Amino acid sequence: MSDTFTLDGDEIPFESGQTVMQAALAAGHYVPHLCYHPEFRPHGSCKVCTVKVNGRFATSCTLPAQAGLNVESNIDEVNAIRRTLVQMLFAEGNHFCPTCEKSGNCVLQALGYDLGVMTAGFRHLFPDRPVDASHPDILLDFNRCILCELCVRASCEVDGKCVFALAGRGITKHLIVNSESGRLVDTEVDLADKALSVCPVGVILVKRKGFAVPIGERRYDQSPISAQALADAPREPAAPAGRPCSSCEEGS
Amino acid sequence: MSEQVDLNAILDRHPRRPESLLQVLREVQEAAGGIPPGVDAEIAAALNVPLARVRGVAGFYSFLSLEPSGHYRVLFSDNITDRMLGNQELMQAMCGKLWLEPGRTSEDGLASVDFTSCTGMCDQGPAILVNGWAIPRMDGGRVDQVAELVLAQRPLAEWPRELFLVEDNVRRADVLLGHGLQPGDALRAAVARGADHQVEDAANSRSWREANVAAAQGPLATLEEIKRSNLRGRGGAGFTTGFKWEACRNAQGKGRYVVCNADEGEPGTFKDRVLLNSHADLVFEGMTVCAYVIGASQGFLYLRGEYRHLLEPLRETLARRRAVGLLGKSILGQAGFDFDIEIHLGAGAYVCGEESALIESLEGKRGIPRNRPPYPVSHGYLQQPTTVNNVETFCAAALIAVQGGDWYRAIGTAKSAGTKLLSVSGDCARPGIYEYPFGTPVRQVLEDCGAERTLAVQISGPSGICISADEFDRRIAFEDLPTAGAFMVFDNSRDMFEVARNFAQFFAHESCGFCTPCRVGTSMQKEIMDKIARGQGTKYDLDQLGQLDRVLQAASHCGLGHGACNPVLDTLKRFRPAYERRLKALTFQPAFDLDSALAEARRMTGRDDAGAHIRSES
Repeated sequence: MSDTFTLDGDEIPFESGQTVMQAALAAGHYVPHLCYHPEFRPHGSCKVCTVKVNGRFATSCTLPAQAGLNVESNIDEVNAIRRTLVQMLFAEGNHFCPTCEKSGNCVLQALGYDLGVMTAGFRHLFPDRPVDASHPDILLDFNRCILCELCVRASCEVDGKCVFALAGRGITKHLIVNSESGRLVDTEVDLADKALSVCPVGVILVKRKGFAVPIGERRYDQSPISAQALADAPREPAAPAGRPCSSCEEGS
Repeated sequence: MSEQVDLNAILDRHPRRPESLLQVLREVQEAAGGIPPGVDAEIAAALNVPLARVRGVAGFYSFLSLEPSGHYRVLFSDNITDRMLGNQELMQAMCGKLWLEPGRTSEDGLASVDFTSCTGMCDQGPAILVNGWAIPRMDGGRVDQVAELVLAQRPLAEWPRELFLVEDNVRRADVLLGHGLQPGDALRAAVARGADHQVEDAANSRSWREANVAAAQGPLATLEEIKRSNLRGRGGAGFTTGFKWEACRNAQGKGRYVVCNADEGEPGTFKDRVLLNSHADLVFEGMTVCAYVIGASQGFLYLRGEYRHLLEPLRETLARRRAVGLLGKSILGQAGFDFDIEIHLGAGAYVCGEESALIESLEGKRGIPRNRPPYPVSHGYLQQPTTVNNVETFCAAALIAVQGGDWYRAIGTAKSAGTKLLSVSGDCARPGIYEYPFGTPVRQVLEDCGAERTLAVQISGPSGICISADEFDRRIAFEDLPTAGAFMVFDNSRDMFEVARNFAQFFAHESCGFCTPCRVGTSMQKEIMDKIARGQGTKYDLDQLGQLDRVLQAASHCGLGHGACNPVLDTLKRFRPAYERRLKALTFQPAFDLDSALAEARRMTGRDDAGAHIRSES
């Protein structure tokens, strides 16, 4: 007999070792998330997947599932926090959806629509973040980075290259690449790398592909992210993720 | 970069493992005034880590710099107590003398002058660090003196010793500061407990003494005393020490570790500085008692970088203890009782006081708090069982090993056993260290330190609580006012808005940046406080401060974010006029009405449905 917890009143079965997020997605229940990706080890930094568990707030992607938990996700109090977090991510970087190649395929933008983010909320910081166009086939536009570390994790765990890393602290934290010059062209990056396909926003872009699919026909133009995220989620219990890299990952 | 660095000599002092990265970087920084170009790649190759990780770690810690920071790097401590003593004027004066701008290295690469978070000298501020070495009691004369030494390019080693003299300022001693123990007393007492205590379940313990049931009785008997004492952690959270030790002792692992958290970064706290300066043997004794109880063979003292001046004296104390058999192999002649202590130096990161971030830092990484569970007692240093305790906790444990749990429990209150060291600073005649039994009212402390016309006291630093005069009968105790030790006094000449603004700047500077709410939220809070300070605030801004608090409380990754809005909320609650008199308008009233601006468009399109209207936000 498998154990269960409740999520917004529904019984969710889980297996030992699953987090609340993994069990919820496997059972066909959407919990909004951004830095969580089923193929990688949970990270727990964006906090968009915050839920209320037995009356206290917790990060559902890293919280181990336990029998009898009372998890509340789709409630006003929690969604208000998620909206503020998405506003914070927009305010922190330089996000101009109308001119962004990723518009329509962007998880941040899709979450903004789905959660009902109607205003800027905060005074935007407009940081100065130069792009790295050094590579002939890949553009890095750091203006849009939300520091989810998916590329860091993919490059270390799957590609085994550790091309990406984080530097700085606090609001000056930023993505860097692993080369003496600090430029992407001098790293081991390759067009086939997993790291190039996981960016939820428009930082890592393959050149000359930006508008191959017209705006209006893109992924989140079809249906909201809450309807699509479940399609990505593995219905089987998550297989152990790739090789953890103790050198590069934060907070693991 | 003004000096060449002998990288091989530094690398030779450390195991060539990734865990050595932070210590190597710190020593390179100290030798060369920065991490010179190219040296980062050499370090990466030698320690077998990606270059980007070297740069990532170097960029995390305030005292490390990949850019040249001058032959002399002068950092002014910027706690509110330093500000109250005039640090900003002194900094301007220093910049004038050295002909440079704050935060910018001089053109000739000679010097830079900047601010840093509280350096733990609040009882003798304003304080500075010069290339990491503390100089307290700055005044106009000392600014001139330091500037002249810098301009004359005198090596730091030749500067007058009295500049670097740090006082203990112990004003009230109780059982801990008046312990009277000699090195080894607590260990001998712990070992002797095995002889007269019969503990039945010794064989169930999973320590390295498993095979030796007779010898295992000392550790268990000592653990029983620690548990009976009701000792709770002195770092602020107040977890019961005995349970922590027991959980660590019983956890499965390849080895166990004892870590002393001497990363005393909470602004206004400086008691650990005094314990490490004058009672280092007691600290190490407590760590060794812990090692004996849990079965650890390696210990670390994580010393904050601001206390660089304590490093060599502490290493000498360790050497003395090794020489007399209180550290090393077979301590006190007990076969298998092997334990030694290594000192790791921090490099300017408040968040490393959080125990899991401290462990990450010990492993040579960026100091990011880990996801918990699992907790350090089972998965700590190198994922092995690890006990992390505060400096003062280890001192108390050593006392309990000698005097017993009942003796200790009789001191203080029912829920807060023992005594607490307070670091008293701010507006009072006698700042310094005061040791009180738990349960002492705030009013008593204020009387003893000579505080007059007191408006407010910040208990336990910015993460703690700000109380006003009608609360001075509250007591220092876990059940009323829990504290890690900071006790900052503000008299009625002070502006509590500026106090809160200083703390908001502190949190924004020290957020590790891992999670969204703290990384962005602390910066937003600082922006709003600065906006109000400029006279541009409205009631909307006060509401937004409340909203930030809710999100940071709910969603932050660690205690830094959870508590980052406390100073603002506490002062808003108790000293609201200090905010409101700065506001441009009490209610937000935009001159521009969005809905009426759409009236023409509605007329033109013939629409008047709900979607053709915009409701004003306030």
